[in-house]
Amino acid sequence: MDTPAPGLDFEQPIYEIESRIRAQQQSGDRRGEDELRRLRRELAETTRRVYDNLNPWQVVQVARHKDRPHTADYLAMAFEEFVELHGDRHFGDDRAILTGFAKLDQHKVMVVGHQKGRTYKERSACYFGCAHPEGYRKAMGKMRMAAKYGLPVICFIDTPGAYPGIGAEERGQAWVIAENMYEMSRLETPVICVVIGEGGSGGALGIGVGDRVAVLEHAYYSVISPEGCAGILWKSHEYAPRAAEALRFTSRDLLRLGVVDDVIPEPLGGAHRDPHQMAGRLKIYLVRALRELIDRPLPDLVASRYEKFRRMGVFLEG
Amino acid sequence: MASPIKRTKRGVPEGLWLRCPGCQNAIFRKEAEKRLSVCPECGYHFYVSARERIEQVLDTGTFEEWDGGLRPTDPLEFQDKKRYDERLKLEQERTGLLDAAITGCGMIRARRVAFGVTDSAFLMGSMGSVVGERLTRLVERATEQRLPLIVVSGSGGGARMHEGILSLMQMAKISAALARYDREGGLFISVLTNPTMGGVAASFASLGDLVFAEPQALIGFAGPRTIKATIRIELPKGFQTSEFLLEHGFVDRIVPRDKLKSEIARTIDYCGK
Ligand SMILES: [Zn+2]
Repeated sequence: MDTPAPGLDFEQPIYEIESRIRAQQQSGDRRGEDELRRLRRELAETTRRVYDNLNPWQVVQVARHKDRPHTADYLAMAFEEFVELHGDRHFGDDRAILTGFAKLDQHKVMVVGHQKGRTYKERSACYFGCAHPEGYRKAMGKMRMAAKYGLPVICFIDTPGAYPGIGAEERGQAWVIAENMYEMSRLETPVICVVIGEGGSGGALGIGVGDRVAVLEHAYYSVISPEGCAGILWKSHEYAPRAAEALRFTSRDLLRLGVVDDVIPEPLGGAHRDPHQMAGRLKIYLVRALRELIDRPLPDLVASRYEKFRRMGVFLEG
Repeated sequence: MASPIKRTKRGVPEGLWLRCPGCQNAIFRKEAEKRLSVCPECGYHFYVSARERIEQVLDTGTFEEWDGGLRPTDPLEFQDKKRYDERLKLEQERTGLLDAAITGCGMIRARRVAFGVTDSAFLMGSMGSVVGERLTRLVERATEQRLPLIVVSGSGGGARMHEGILSLMQMAKISAALARYDREGGLFISVLTNPTMGGVAASFASLGDLVFAEPQALIGFAGPRTIKATIRIELPKGFQTSEFLLEHGFVDRIVPRDKLKSEIARTIDYCGK
């Protein structure tokens, strides 16, 4: 599964200019400065053109990009400290969900986030970011502890979906996801959720009920994967790009449908081109949201969290 | 080849005879219907519609529908091989339902309850905005009126793809309403029937104070085909059945259909509601 990605096909015009820039730099041509400036301008324009016109299927490719920052990367880049806490006290320690104390700009918080891993070894250890019931139980256990000690919770969502397997069903995958939504809806501490890559169905929502729900510009959040949807409705995975269009799951759609509160803009050309800048923007967003939420009386906070989800849905009446 | 069993537009076999998926026998339809659509030979529980379920579980003539005026629309302008708005019309004509759930109140052996039921024949019993809103209002009214809450689930579809992310959010909406109901001391009995899968299993259906299941029902998060495609080994016999879930600790009781009404009444009495 770990084939070296050749890069995304729609990014080819970007790679091409990048390689011309490298060639120009290596040529040592002294009159090349003007040419280099021109190429850099062209690179920015091309990147903007490509990224302003991403179709939903391309967004999925960006959200799954091998270099896209994961929870662990943001913990390293945007937080001052991370103290990992393991285990669900029932079955085990699911590597697909990271949990622990963290410091963000002097705020002490609890971070809960899906983890996909980078190397093949890491990726298989965490099932490519697909959590088992013990992952959701671990997440809920740590969130409950956070509420007890007055720590706000920050959830990073990045999963293709909850793991579909025998053990997962034996240990109550449906039950733990339901319980997490149930408990998060009434958790007495501020909860901020950010979809940083893939928001895959129930597996995402299992850590997705919060006072603020945001999505990175090129992340997506969907009821089903485009491949799964294509398989069921078109009877072939090849229709995934069509399903991606139909499902309306890009950040712009999510905002329009009232499912997310905010879209966090990504650096030019996506988070994978400049993880540090992305981490900086994420940090600014989180700190601002924390400041807005931490002084609110808890009953108000929980009541408005209820109302926020209560409003979701579109139907006719009368 | 001529078969005495006809597939009809309702997606359930009609005619004088039924082929039982449990024992493969041809069953005289009237015989099964007399037994609440349970096979007289092997006890297989056939599909029953939401309306039939109401008749089976509630005291005759006591059901009063709530929010029957809620109708689905097509917020995404969703289109696969067919447009979603056209699909809805066809499903509505085929089933006589506006969407996949009916909610309201009624009596169970003279105990007043809030009652909801999903119908797995309407777009696989999947949950979109209307199912989510009807059930959420049901839970909220049960909270206000301090009524026991019974929901009978049947859904092969889980969260409805055609309403995209809005369907997913119904899971959170209902779960939040159930958490409030719980805080107010409400008694929720969730009854799982064949099949209860995906986003329905992973929300209200799992959140009962008590979880009952009909015998041999398929219940789970991921569909067996998805699991098989992921792990590439044969699934164990009886995997994701009611009995499997009872064995693994997720179902309180397996309740045959003819006992459902009395079991619910008895539970309400034990919980003093
Ligand atoms: Zn039979």
